Amino acid sequence: MEIPILRQGKVLIATLQAAVTDVDLMRLRTALVQEVVRGRSRGVIVDVTAIDVMDSFASRVLQDLAHMIRLRGAETVIVGIQPDVAFAMVQLGLRLESVATALDLEEGMDYLNREFKTLA
Amino acid sequence: MEEDIQVNIQSDQDIVIARHKGRSLAAALNFSAGEATLIATAISELARNIVTYAKKGVIRLKVLNGESARRGIRVVARDEGPGIADVEQALRDGFSTSGSLGLGLPGVRRLVDEFQIESRRNQGTTVTVTKWKP
Repeated sequence: MEIPILRQGKVLIATLQAAVTDVDLMRLRTALVQEVVRGRSRGVIVDVTAIDVMDSFASRVLQDLAHMIRLRGAETVIVGIQPDVAFAMVQLGLRLESVATALDLEEGMDYLNREFKTLA
Repeated sequence: MEEDIQVNIQSDQDIVIARHKGRSLAAALNFSAGEATLIATAISELARNIVTYAKKGVIRLKVLNGESARRGIRVVARDEGPGIADVEQALRDGFSTSGSLGLGLPGVRRLVDEFQIESRRNQGTTVTVTKWKP
């Protein structure tokens, strides 16, 4: 199942569904890295509100994605990690190190806009 | 509802199916949403180990009736893959042979109440974990 990528101004938004597979995630990572350049985007928001399990693989793909996007000169924010999911992630030993996170889409957008201003 | 659930694991889609069934079972037994998430995450991680190391295997979910009508879910993840050469080492944080994060087994152990592993070289691995309803 392909994950659609929306564009809002200089920001790309991808919303994950609960039943996302490893292959879907890896495709999204590739698509976002390419799309950032094509559209000269400055930021990426990955909305994981619907995700009810974040295991070691998913968390690694998101972390890699954020690092790749940064190497392309844009910023990534992961938004919507649910409280139960955050708890399970920490128990499992997962950290989304050096990846920006925000409560929801709106906060994620605010974060990116602040980042853009600082850089301008 | 008391019957064992069995999910054959050999692709990334099966991982999603297995954890979904685990979550549904946990919900049916009135586990809290938080506990259901821990169970589903443990299943996801165990199923992932099967796909990564053994290519295929089976996950079984069982309902347990413990002392004073305490209920629990037992997850048995079994494969006939290469087995783990050094189980002690595999249970240490930060160990991995596949270039992954190396959090698999020690992480799963933290998510559940009981954890058991049996592994024989070239014969496979069985991981059994149990989560009791508090």
